[in-house]
Amino acid sequence: MTGIRYLSNVVTLRLDETKCTGCGMCEMVCPHAVFRIEQHQARIADRDACMECGACARNCPAEAISVDAGVGCAVAIIKGALTGTSPDCACGGKSSCCG
Amino acid sequence: MDTNAKTAACCGKSDVSAKTTSQSPACDCHGEVDSRRHERGVETTGSVETPVAPVPRVGTVLGWADRLGTVKARWGIGRMDYRVEPGLYAVGGPTADSPVLVSANYKMSFDRLRSALPGVDAWILVLDTKGINVWCAAGKGTFGTDELVHRIEAARLPEIVSHRTVIVPQLGAPGVAAHEVRKRTGFRVVYGPVRAGDVPAFLQAGMKATPEMRRVEFPLRDRLAVVPVELVMGAKCVLLTMAALLVLSGLGPDGYAASRILARGLPSAALLLGAFVAGTVFGPLLLPWLPGRALSAKGTWIGLAMVAGLGAYMLTESPATPDWLAWSAWAILLPATTSFILMNFTGATTYTSLSGVRREMRVAVPIQAIAAVAGVLLWIVARFV
Repeated sequence: MTGIRYLSNVVTLRLDETKCTGCGMCEMVCPHAVFRIEQHQARIADRDACMECGACARNCPAEAISVDAGVGCAVAIIKGALTGTSPDCACGGKSSCCG
Repeated sequence: MDTNAKTAACCGKSDVSAKTTSQSPACDCHGEVDSRRHERGVETTGSVETPVAPVPRVGTVLGWADRLGTVKARWGIGRMDYRVEPGLYAVGGPTADSPVLVSANYKMSFDRLRSALPGVDAWILVLDTKGINVWCAAGKGTFGTDELVHRIEAARLPEIVSHRTVIVPQLGAPGVAAHEVRKRTGFRVVYGPVRAGDVPAFLQAGMKATPEMRRVEFPLRDRLAVVPVELVMGAKCVLLTMAALLVLSGLGPDGYAASRILARGLPSAALLLGAFVAGTVFGPLLLPWLPGRALSAKGTWIGLAMVAGLGAYMLTESPATPDWLAWSAWAILLPATTSFILMNFTGATTYTSLSGVRREMRVAVPIQAIAAVAGVLLWIVARFV
């Protein structure tokens, strides 16, 4: 990151090290280098860099990773709250704060 | 592909119809060339013979129409309908041994990829992502395991290539389970680099990405690329609020006077517009240096700078009778506005998490709401004093 960090101690990322086979997929797909493989075992090296995109959990063949994946977008959260749906990334051309 | 694209193209309205239009938003005045472009949403230059069917070939040099299309999409013009037809394409002269690169049918994603491939012989398998870029479509699941499996089968890829590997952009990983694709099709998913520009180096290195190729950053260039579309999307809201301020500014102790709209309303509308433009432009520009981690906190500083500037201006303009009541109203409204604007920029960044945004909103939104009410009340009171 170009020195930009987001909030600390907030993300839902969890790694069950007993299930991990050390295949390295999580390290490969993570865009923020959250994981590191050490001695054939994945380890969360930088949890606060996680943006909860869900790539690691989706690609873990051992299902050792869990995260409440979603889009970190205030507009989507506001819209979700107003319409009673879950936050969906849906900021198309027609949608602004005034609809 | 577009790393900055959470807003730059994220985000298709989910109800956008599934039609994969072959319409290009580009100018229509080019007879023959354009009729070919219109078939697939991209200009094709002949085709490559395969055992299955001829595969349309696309160039690796973007034309003026492609570039204009990019600029228009950046400004939100036709952005939700900027698509190429899903399916298999060729660049160069690919054979059965050539690599297969997977992409999205947002035309900017497709153009980024093909324009990175001069001198490369490859297949491009375009998934139907409803005109959304790779990363956002992966988050929604439209760039996903099912669609990839479907496109591999629909293109009859096993009959066209002799190997069993597809290169999926790394930012497609939130939607694609590599192990499931292998189970269902026999094709191994290799995750390529984040940026299309790194694909040639990735191929040259035997499909190995350096750690840098796997990292998403948020450099100045990417931050500024999303500014136009943010301006366009917020404009309607701001113009409506400006109109409301102009109408309200006619109010005064002696009833309604249209003359006050010019004298007091215009400066108010201008301040709101200034806050919108400053927040939308300087927020992304100064993002790494604005104090605080929450974007709502970072945004506050831009408004505070404006408050200081406004105070200084009022002291020089009318040193004897500065209107401190009006200034107080803006001292509350400006930071609240820029805080809200930058909080809404979270969707365009490449690093904010859903849990994090929820946490900052729990604090920021009540403060912004109270500030808005208090500020507007003060502003109205100032009309009567």
